[in-house]
Amino acid sequence: MKLLTTPRMDRCIGCHSCSLACARLIHQRLSWSASGIRIHSSGGLSTGFVAVRCLACDPPPCAAACPTGALSPRKGGGVIVRKKHCIQCGDCVSSCPVEAIYQDAAGDVYLCIHCGRCVEFCPHDCLELQDLDDINEVLL
Amino acid sequence: MSNDYFRVLVVDLESGKSTVEKVDGRNRVAGGSGLAALLYSMYGRPGHDWDDPLQPFILAIGPLTGHYPLMSKTVCSFISPYHNQYTESHGGGRSALALFFAGYDGLVIVGRAAELCCLSIGSRHVQIKDTGFMRGMNSEGSGKLIRRMFKKASGHRSIMRIGPAGEIGSAMACINVDSYRHFGRLGGGAVMGVKNLKGLVINGDGDLPRPPGKAYPEVFKKVYRQVTSTDMMKKYYHLGTAANLQGLNEIKSLPWRNLQQTTDPSVSEISGEVFAEKTLLRNGACSGCPVGCIHLGFFRDQFKKEARYLYHQVPYDYEPIFAAGSMLGVTDCFDILRILEDFELVCIDAMSAGVALGWATEATQRGLISEKQTLVRLSFGDAAAYQEAANYLGRGVNDFYRLLGMGTLKAAAEYGGEDFSCVLGQEMAGYATGELFFAAQSLGFRHSHLDTGAYSWDQKHADKDVEAGVGFLMEDEPGRVFLTSMVACLFARSAYNDEQLGECLEAAGYENLAATMSGTAEYIRKLRWKVRVDSGFNPKDIVIPQRFYKVETWKGKIDGGYLDALKSEYGKRILALVEGFEP
Repeated sequence: MKLLTTPRMDRCIGCHSCSLACARLIHQRLSWSASGIRIHSSGGLSTGFVAVRCLACDPPPCAAACPTGALSPRKGGGVIVRKKHCIQCGDCVSSCPVEAIYQDAAGDVYLCIHCGRCVEFCPHDCLELQDLDDINEVLL
Repeated sequence: MSNDYFRVLVVDLESGKSTVEKVDGRNRVAGGSGLAALLYSMYGRPGHDWDDPLQPFILAIGPLTGHYPLMSKTVCSFISPYHNQYTESHGGGRSALALFFAGYDGLVIVGRAAELCCLSIGSRHVQIKDTGFMRGMNSEGSGKLIRRMFKKASGHRSIMRIGPAGEIGSAMACINVDSYRHFGRLGGGAVMGVKNLKGLVINGDGDLPRPPGKAYPEVFKKVYRQVTSTDMMKKYYHLGTAANLQGLNEIKSLPWRNLQQTTDPSVSEISGEVFAEKTLLRNGACSGCPVGCIHLGFFRDQFKKEARYLYHQVPYDYEPIFAAGSMLGVTDCFDILRILEDFELVCIDAMSAGVALGWATEATQRGLISEKQTLVRLSFGDAAAYQEAANYLGRGVNDFYRLLGMGTLKAAAEYGGEDFSCVLGQEMAGYATGELFFAAQSLGFRHSHLDTGAYSWDQKHADKDVEAGVGFLMEDEPGRVFLTSMVACLFARSAYNDEQLGECLEAAGYENLAATMSGTAEYIRKLRWKVRVDSGFNPKDIVIPQRFYKVETWKGKIDGGYLDALKSEYGKRILALVEGFEP
């Protein structure tokens, strides 16, 4: 089981290429936010960037909060998303302890599905799709 | 957002009310530079001065903003306090994508707020907050407060603000964009200042559907690969533009000490390599650009006898190093960063300020001015004095600095020294490459080295062919105008040739624009020159100071006759563009 990790965020230049790739390729959107990974400046531009993304909780509280089964636990952590079951209640958003789920104005929710499509668009290898067994420490 | 029309937010700071307008013309003016000129023709007040609150302050993005790599710039247009004519300034940071994701192609701000204020816009809000307590505040302090005052959106918003220079109406006042980028030249900060607009926050909190079909992600990937997997952009992300210092010095084209020299062995202390080895802290990027050309240097100061230090981060590039370094005879890389930070804090354009202080130093040497005017003794190489003078200039502390802030030639008209004013339409860019560049910057639309590739032409041509030189300028401009209408970073001009641009436009759903690129580029060129000429531009009004006729480059002494012929012919060709042109 593979998970998206962000082991080298100290290299991040804030170009948003990862977020834009996820929005473009997974969600068919042009956006900074309609994406499973979102880059925020941390303490102002002068101190660097942080990637806000699903940390693959196991068991995931968002799946427990979801009343319709749109989010269900994924083996190894994180969730499987069945968008057609989503009723846009937003309960998953408030249940996520690390604010990794974004809900847009139309009510649609966006979170990382650990597909790794964003990885190749990072110019500085900040991101990596890693086997669960190889992850010794969660780095942000 | 639509492929057929522009969605423009018009904010009246006097009434506090806003409207969202649909503006036709996408296939005529594309966006960016074209849209800015179109919006000025709609909202501008011909015949009114730059500081009339009715005059608009305009931001415009283009059809490819947010769609492709390096489509990351915003065009800002206004009537300039420098020459009281229409102009553009281009800036990056997160400004372009923020406006795009907020759902607008353009932003027009008119009127003057009753109190100093900040405006915040997003996809679902327009908010104005009084910020009288920010009066006189520098760019760092106002940035910190704005981040605290407006709703949480770190990394997904653009914050623009002015410093004291903008508040006092200095023609050198820039607009700080997201801490490390700027709308630098020709006084955009003063235009915000006369509107009582201290800060502008754009939240990119909306999103848009991706262009339909399979072509778009494929074309994106192709361009992305090209700019990240080849050496095409290496010169921008490796040493950055600072790499040019050594090369230009070698060919006698780097202005030193108010252009009294064009080469100096001290370049070895301020080269791109030295800045990278000694000062480079990290790199940054404009949003949507994987190249990451922003070079952030640092300096540290010991503030107590014990081992107590503070440090500051300062962006550097070729032009600021020229302006605060070679032009002022300052050859310590950390001192250059210190001067640049002082320019930054008061929000004055680094190039303009450095060149102006270069003139003031020579005027001091010649006894035309003294400490009575400058308050601090200026001499080439004295970095501490320039740091002090930066603050005086940005805050306009006396009549001398106020006048100098309106342009070096204005101060020279009062105190003398016009012949050694390094002004080519505005304070020179750092290219003493030869006759074609001097003519091109003098008459160029933005008086920018990026209006055309004249500095590059000079480095390759020793012949004196007026027709060939001016022909090059005329042929080079439309392509750049089209790029700044998309709105691309001009560093990307090798990645976005005509064929690639056509493919990008088509995949993004702009088939009509893709099919009419050259005609549209020419139309936009004429439109913006028409707006400029109608606002008072006349090539004959621009005089090239004598200092430029005495420069020696790799080609030898400047040929004054050739320079005059180039300027005359280029001026004629610009005016011919707009003759009979009806938008």
